[in-house]
Amino acid sequence: MSVAEAVRRPRPRVVSTRLLRSELRLIFTRRRNIAGMGVLAAVPVLIAVAIRLSSPGRDGGGPDFFSSVTENGLFVAMAALTLELPLFLPLAVAAISGDSVAGEANLGTLRYLLVVPVARARLLGVKYAAIAVFALAAAMVVTTVGVVLGLVLFGGGDMTLLSGSQVGFLSGVARVLAATCYIAACLSALGAVGLFVSSLTEQPIGATVAILVFSTASFILDSIPQVSWLHPFLLTHHWLAFGDLFRAPVAWDGLTSGLYVAAAYAAVFWLAAWARFLTKDVTS
Amino acid sequence: MPPTAVATTGLTKRFGHQVAVDGIDLEAPVGAVYGFLGPNGSGKTTTIRMLLGLVAPTAGGVRILGEPMPAGAGRVLPRVGALVEGPAFHPYLSGRANLARLDAADRTSDPRTSRRRVDAALDRVGLLAAAGKRYRAYSLGMRQRLAIGAALLQPRDLLVLDEPTNGLDPQGTREVRTLVGSLADEGSTVLVSSHLLSEVEQMCSHVGVMHVGRLLAQGTVTDIRRTTDVGATIETDQPQEAARVLRELGLRDVRTGHGSATGVLGEVAPEKVVAACVHAGIPVLGFRVESPSLEDVFVSLTGEGFDVSG
Repeated sequence: MSVAEAVRRPRPRVVSTRLLRSELRLIFTRRRNIAGMGVLAAVPVLIAVAIRLSSPGRDGGGPDFFSSVTENGLFVAMAALTLELPLFLPLAVAAISGDSVAGEANLGTLRYLLVVPVARARLLGVKYAAIAVFALAAAMVVTTVGVVLGLVLFGGGDMTLLSGSQVGFLSGVARVLAATCYIAACLSALGAVGLFVSSLTEQPIGATVAILVFSTASFILDSIPQVSWLHPFLLTHHWLAFGDLFRAPVAWDGLTSGLYVAAAYAAVFWLAAWARFLTKDVTS
Repeated sequence: MPPTAVATTGLTKRFGHQVAVDGIDLEAPVGAVYGFLGPNGSGKTTTIRMLLGLVAPTAGGVRILGEPMPAGAGRVLPRVGALVEGPAFHPYLSGRANLARLDAADRTSDPRTSRRRVDAALDRVGLLAAAGKRYRAYSLGMRQRLAIGAALLQPRDLLVLDEPTNGLDPQGTREVRTLVGSLADEGSTVLVSSHLLSEVEQMCSHVGVMHVGRLLAQGTVTDIRRTTDVGATIETDQPQEAARVLRELGLRDVRTGHGSATGVLGEVAPEKVVAACVHAGIPVLGFRVESPSLEDVFVSLTGEGFDVSG
């Protein structure tokens, strides 16, 4: 180890996935997060078992997948996603994204990452990529458990859509996967809000609570007709539009609007996080 | 090679109304072991945070290994190992996994040698046996060692070690001192901050003394000591006679004690003292030249002790 040796260090690689992989390992091996995934997976199990043991029947808002569950097991996944979308899935994303920067600041590991050095914009990029991967994984856990258990308990076969027409089994699976990815995209937008909030504080729990307040307030405003002018701009307004994938033909309006809103939220809040974090004094 | 490893000009940081660092011109030459001294709260850590680009200066500039900071952080920080304000790691990861994470974050590090370098760093700080333990199970001293190990994942041109001996037992403190010495021998410049003067005195070639955000003095240890008076003591059974000779030689503040006479040398060469006493027929039983400790220097610079400054 001499100075001459130190000078011969290789040029930094332009693209390196090591930090992202390390980040994902950190998220997916943490016991708290594994337990959280367990809770997410428990909901489709509850639904499937409860419906198997009794006769179905449910009224209420959102796409009504419950009455379809006994006809095709794939709908267990959709019913579980519908139930988890207002609270459990946003909570999972809020926990991860709230922890992203604030958690490192709270532990003090943020200063050591920055002096490695990890450029601040790169750190935010990696953190956000990990949040997006987690959002997809969270939605996929619900879907996978729901699909597997649904097929075991209720069988598969052709799928009768909400609009009444029938499609083949594979088309049904593709629609379930598309709905899951759509929900993951919506949750990723919430993750960008979370990244921003997380860059403001050194308290991960505080950040998580604030993100959950944000998504819940968005749901509440969305249910007040008097502010209907605001609804199209709310992050959560189009979240339940994934039900439109189970109509023939697919009603794309809600879905595309939902993706635009998600992309706009993601871009605005990622930039806000970047603007805030780039010049922030790290005193933690 | 740049002439200085660390250089700041008029470096200042204000937090609201409080001035944490007040226009300091720090200069650590390449190859130096620079002791950055000052009591708790004197602005050392804020300065170090500015050196590493964690905190933006209110005014003034920083150059590390010739590169301006924070603009050159991407180029220069891979050559810098740092321990900043104590260890900080993920508590539920092992020591080894924590270092592997930091290595993964470094785009200049070679993934193929990661495992070997992590283990070498752990070995160097004596943690190899505890490498698989979770960080939360580490004692304070082990945590401190792990943080030093993280700074040694790569060969470094500069090491910035903020209070490296905090929480270490005397044995650990001695090991850190040896480590700093061997790093310097390998050609690294080391900037080591401490509030324990005696500890740093033994390993540094240069010192900078901070007090309430200002850099009061800076230079080689010898130069700094020279700014304070050097005393000479003659041991003899005729202290009154000896004192008279010392006064005649031109020593100041001459006092007598039990079997000794002491004075401040000033410009008088020490070897002349003994000769003069012998010439005057005074039996010289012993002779000491007392270099001031850094603590004496500090007291004479600030007019106060080495306590927390508010």
